[in-house]
Amino acid sequence: MLAWTIYLSFAGALAEALLPKGKAALARWLALTVAVAGLALAVAGFAAGMGHGRVTIVDAAWVPSMGIHFLLAADGISLVLVLLTGLAAVAGVLFSWNVEMRTNEFFAFYLALIGGVYGVFLSFDLFLLFVFYEIAIVPKYFLIAIWGSTRREYGAMKLALYSFVGSAMVLIGLLAAYATSGSHSTGLIALGHAGLPVSFQMWVFPLVFTGFAILAGMWPFHTWAPTGHVAAPTAASMLLAGVVMKLGAYGCLRVAISLFPRGLDPWGFSFAGIGSWRDVFAVLAVVGIVYGALVALAQTDFKFVIGYSSVSHMGFVLLGLVTLNQIGVTGAVLQMFSHGVIAGLLFAIVGRIVYDRTHTRQLAELEAMHLSKRLPFAAWAFVIAGMASMGLPGFSGFVAELQVLVGAWMARPWWAMAAGVGIVVGVAYTWRALQKAFFSDALPSAHVLEYEHGHGFAPITWPEVAGVSLLVTASLVVGLYPKILLDAIEPAVKALLAGGGQ
Amino acid sequence: MNYFDLFRMTLPETVLELAALIVLVVDLGFLRKAALQVRVATAALLGVCGCGVALFALLVQMPGGLSAPGGDLLLTADGSSAVAQTGILALTVLTLLLLIDTTFTRHVGEYVAVVLMSATGGLLIAAAQDLLVIFVGLELLSLGLYILTAFAKSSGKSAEAALKYYLFGGMSAAFLLFGFSYLYGISGSTNLHRILLAAYGWNAYHTATLLYVALVMIAAGLGFKVAAVPFHLWAPDTYEGAPIPSAAFIASVSKLASFALLIAIGTAALHAFDDHSNVARVSIGILSGSEPVYFGFARSWSLILTVLAAASMVLGNLAALAQTSVRRLLAYSAIAHGGYILLGLAYFSYSSRSAEAVLYYTLSYGLTTIGAFGVVGVVERATGSDRLDAFLGLHKRSPLLAAVLLVLFLSLAGIPPLVGFWAKFNLFAAVLGVSTGAVPLALVALAVAMSAVSLYYYLQVLKRAYVMPAVNEAPITVHPVTLGVLLVIAAMVLVLGCLPALLQGWIAGFYPVV
Amino acid sequence: MNGIPILTLLTLLPVVGAAIALFSGRHARAAALVTTLAGLALALTVWTQLPGDGSMGLVERAAWAPSLGIEYHLGADGLGALMLLLSAIVTLMSVDAAHRVHHQPGLFFALVLLLQAGLFGSFTALNFFHWFLFWELSLIPAFFLIKIWGGPRRGPAATQFFVYTMAGSVALLLAFLAVFLSTGSMDFGQLAALAATGGLEQAVTAHLGPVTMWLAVGVLAGFAVKVPMVPFHTWLPAAYAEAPSPVTMLLTGAMSKMGVYGLLRIALPLFGHQIAQMRTPLLVLAVLTVVMGAWAAAAQKDLKRIFAYSSVNHLGYCLLGIFALARPAVDAAAQASQAAALNGVILQMFNHGLTAATLFWFVAMMQERTGGERGIDHFGGLRKPAPVLAGLMGIALFSSLGLPGLNGFVGEFLIFRGVFPLAWVAATVSILGLLVTAAVILTVIQKVFSGPVPEHWAKFPDMHGRERLALAPVIGLMLLLGLVPQLIVDTVNPTVVNLLAHWRF
Repeated sequence: MLAWTIYLSFAGALAEALLPKGKAALARWLALTVAVAGLALAVAGFAAGMGHGRVTIVDAAWVPSMGIHFLLAADGISLVLVLLTGLAAVAGVLFSWNVEMRTNEFFAFYLALIGGVYGVFLSFDLFLLFVFYEIAIVPKYFLIAIWGSTRREYGAMKLALYSFVGSAMVLIGLLAAYATSGSHSTGLIALGHAGLPVSFQMWVFPLVFTGFAILAGMWPFHTWAPTGHVAAPTAASMLLAGVVMKLGAYGCLRVAISLFPRGLDPWGFSFAGIGSWRDVFAVLAVVGIVYGALVALAQTDFKFVIGYSSVSHMGFVLLGLVTLNQIGVTGAVLQMFSHGVIAGLLFAIVGRIVYDRTHTRQLAELEAMHLSKRLPFAAWAFVIAGMASMGLPGFSGFVAELQVLVGAWMARPWWAMAAGVGIVVGVAYTWRALQKAFFSDALPSAHVLEYEHGHGFAPITWPEVAGVSLLVTASLVVGLYPKILLDAIEPAVKALLAGGGQ
Repeated sequence: MNYFDLFRMTLPETVLELAALIVLVVDLGFLRKAALQVRVATAALLGVCGCGVALFALLVQMPGGLSAPGGDLLLTADGSSAVAQTGILALTVLTLLLLIDTTFTRHVGEYVAVVLMSATGGLLIAAAQDLLVIFVGLELLSLGLYILTAFAKSSGKSAEAALKYYLFGGMSAAFLLFGFSYLYGISGSTNLHRILLAAYGWNAYHTATLLYVALVMIAAGLGFKVAAVPFHLWAPDTYEGAPIPSAAFIASVSKLASFALLIAIGTAALHAFDDHSNVARVSIGILSGSEPVYFGFARSWSLILTVLAAASMVLGNLAALAQTSVRRLLAYSAIAHGGYILLGLAYFSYSSRSAEAVLYYTLSYGLTTIGAFGVVGVVERATGSDRLDAFLGLHKRSPLLAAVLLVLFLSLAGIPPLVGFWAKFNLFAAVLGVSTGAVPLALVALAVAMSAVSLYYYLQVLKRAYVMPAVNEAPITVHPVTLGVLLVIAAMVLVLGCLPALLQGWIAGFYPVV
Repeated sequence: MNGIPILTLLTLLPVVGAAIALFSGRHARAAALVTTLAGLALALTVWTQLPGDGSMGLVERAAWAPSLGIEYHLGADGLGALMLLLSAIVTLMSVDAAHRVHHQPGLFFALVLLLQAGLFGSFTALNFFHWFLFWELSLIPAFFLIKIWGGPRRGPAATQFFVYTMAGSVALLLAFLAVFLSTGSMDFGQLAALAATGGLEQAVTAHLGPVTMWLAVGVLAGFAVKVPMVPFHTWLPAAYAEAPSPVTMLLTGAMSKMGVYGLLRIALPLFGHQIAQMRTPLLVLAVLTVVMGAWAAAAQKDLKRIFAYSSVNHLGYCLLGIFALARPAVDAAAQASQAAALNGVILQMFNHGLTAATLFWFVAMMQERTGGERGIDHFGGLRKPAPVLAGLMGIALFSSLGLPGLNGFVGEFLIFRGVFPLAWVAATVSILGLLVTAAVILTVIQKVFSGPVPEHWAKFPDMHGRERLALAPVIGLMLLLGLVPQLIVDTVNPTVVNLLAHWRF
């Protein structure tokens, strides 16, 4: 049943592409229908799949001579991420309600991207996973290049090329693993049991991990992320930061760590405290957390603040993954969900609610606009989103970051301490953005007040309210009752850490 | 020699020659007064029919091939030759269909006739097992191609390109023949199997210099045909100057034939001892463990091909980055794709997997290229140039054409779920299936990396078509036949990419299970 | 009331009320009044339903995220229930005082109610996650209440408030993370039982090394900012002064008690031994808080700042009591002193909350009449034109001073009664605080109410009927509790005995 999320999305994309031009309303409603259907399927699949371990959905021979199967399956981790995709998809459509130019093409690319993402999360054949991963690249390019804003062509090309290079690295690893395991099968389970030699895993693991981690925004390969996010139109940046970066992290977990676990073993020698690939990637993750946060603190463009904060939060995910203990990895998966929702919300506010009305993202200019009075909905939505992003308890981020910190501490205490610094700086830059953009102290002069009164902003539309409500509810529900997701994630993580692709 | 068997064996070639003559007669005899469109359509359709009949004729060929009185094989009819011949005929059909919309020449009948004759040459090469047959086929093919390149009489570029092609080609043919003469000298026979058997023996006597010289010469000659670096210099000019159907033909059919020949050489090298001594086969001990153990001269051959492959991949992709003419871009991309295929030939496996992978790649690449040239042709006729800027706003001017362009170029870049991706994956998997040592891995890594680079320049074209604003928004009308052909090609690219087992299985069917 | 989850209802009620108030526009205050009245009723119910032996009553438990040791665990004992009652009363007072909110009243009262929810939640939580959730959650409404409706320098005041408290929260969180890492539990009861046998220190040392003292410091730091304890108090005067007076009532009446509550519920049970080891420096800080609070109050000219610093002083007594009793009890007399001190602390929390809120209410009333003036030099002789105001405010002021017969006396008396035998030096020095406070209060009375009446205050309006109606019960409560403190002590004492029995120093 969950496979229909993929099929529906692609069918929807095709239908959108074939729609006659000028029927923007039809395009929007079609896209919303498809996205909501996907979400409904995701929720149903989540509820049905809870507690059943890994469930195979579709298994069809694709290229039998090479052992490649069209194999779709879902365990707890997949279900959670599929749910995230559903939420982000619906929210993205809602926040793109005002796209007027080439609307049907916009939603065609959008739905194709969603379909690819669903596909990655549901694939249990490495070849199939790679196919969907690559399918997702091209729609991203066009979404940003055509409908984006600042430096969109440059941002789009950079993003596409970085993603493609990352996936090229993964392809090399995939080919090598396939060949070394005897060219029998590309199924994840089969490859996990193939008994690949340790020396092989030692070089394939960093290659594949880095390939995926590029898309996850790991420092120092993260530079595509802020540029790309800023250039992208709102829905695209919501998807990019919210879901697509999670593809990379998911790949790191499902492919790199599951198939090549020996690659994380100690090398036998150590250099400045780094004695294994695990240490290397942990350091890079921690640097990403702190660097992303510090740079966010210095930005003058609102969207760049959010862009760099995404890099920082994804650093948490990567750190959680390399802790290799139950609680850290669980935290990483939960953080994937949490940050996906929160980042979507932040970009939606900055892009759709604020920028589309004020036409500026410079904090200095926004400071003078008294947005807390003129756009109270945006201000309060950002307060809630900001609290969630900071990791305030009651929202999903708190539990996730807590788990990652605990897991990091259990692995190596100083990782946790450095990550803690990142959290503190995170509070700072969110605060700064909040203050400057919405709640600045500057008291307006009478002249300015008069101008503002005469030039009101466009009212908040129902899709914006709906989108914000959806995302806030998701974050709150998971924050107050994390068990709802943890019950699915924990057994899956346990099985993964125990049996390598079980 | 049983002439009836010879006739059976060469029936497809004969049919094509007959078709060529019929086309000439019809065009020159009956259609003198007809309008150009009618003549073009008639000639093309007759050519298509000829190819169709030739396809049927393929079924008539004897499975064991044709042998000379001494027992030496002259022409084969199974394995790679069957696939290649079918492919050649199919691609020729597509090329001829693309001809229908063109206006570059009034000598339509001659054009189609030459196309068919070149295709005949291609058929011969694909099946040849004897040096002389190879050379005859090669010359037939090449001479035809030179003429086809020059056919746009009103274009200076066409003439210049043809001259360059001819000069290069002549020189490389000379090299080839020279190499062949050495091979004959070493072995005393012109049959591939006997030559290679003797070559192994020569190696054992450590008097291999002649052999190596021969190999290099042959590599030069064949490298020219497939536009491998450093024998590629003719390609950009030829692709740029030749009329569209000619360029499409060169890029697809001629490549297919040449690669089929290389496959035949590779297969022969590995199966040289099949007929004679099992002991010897075991002692060659190829393809076990992590490093391929090529015995004797096969190692050098593999080395030569590796060098050609790596150079082509790198130079082809890097040079394409700088192009502003889409035709030249396609030329350099063809060089790059040739490089990938040569890699598949450099690491050639005993089982038929490598051969199948190479054929798959060449077939799918040929299909895609014809489509690409078709699109370029339409845009050229509508805007008068093939610069990148001619494609601006294509999605508005002709959404279908832009969609076809999208599918084809993404396939060339290797984006799933299109056939280009599967072809690459299959090929690299086959290479690594032969050996997973450091060198093959590094080469595959290089290939994948260069493939990533290629996305940039393909996106440049797509960017013009979809993203950047148009300067001229007048709609482009596409001739229905051309549009139909392009749509069929695009659909096949998509379908074959989603269901790779279709083509894969068909190709595998021609190889007996080992 | 078997089966009905009163505590959950109590916490949910203000949240629902906030949602209603948000959309009620001009009627937001009425909605808020109804909600707070209902909250008061529920709190009283809780008070009457407590078990008589001082143990945790009305317990509600449900699994929440077991793998992280997070459980939905609520309960109320004498201490908690008293705080609930205080929060309910103070919020009601605050809402009543806020009848001149013109700018976005819906949002204002929604935030006030959310703040109350935060208070209720943290006073009933028995699991760290839940407790921390509400601790943090109460910050946000407070911040915005100051930031949006505050005085001219509200921006820096609000930011300082937020940053300080956040920093303290971070220290708390890290300490608790360490505790969780070592013991796998976040339940206050479990951890307290573990600490009582020395098991907590063992577990921490085994997992993380000899860092228990640092954890105690972290926990203390978190609460020290909130109470506040010198030298972490610098956020308070600005925040109290810049906040609108109804909000200041909440801040001083209830939020500051969260810090003291935290010390009693978390710091002492879990880290009693460590605190006992740090007793002397802590006592020094407590005494400093008492003395400096009073001294600084004496130097102020702004009524709100006077009362703000005076709050610091009064809460210093609570700290004094807490740290004084943090030593192993050697004999029955010492135990009795500890019990007295603890009773005093808890009483002082309630009484000071009540009194301070009332005082700020009066300041609000005065500000309304003067158009924002609140410097003590601006007033004079208000006894003549506004005798009722002078009278009632006088009672509240004397209660703050600690006059016997009023509620403020009982708490301070019991604290000193308990501290003298346990730490006589500290107690002696703290007497200074009492003296200076007395001076301050008397000065206020003198400058504001007595003396000649300046021209412009001749027509100073007195309290009208509605205000008298609102304040009469409060003043009456002050008198009642001053004369009959048993009303509270009878319920609180069993809890005190129970707590002391389980604490290990």
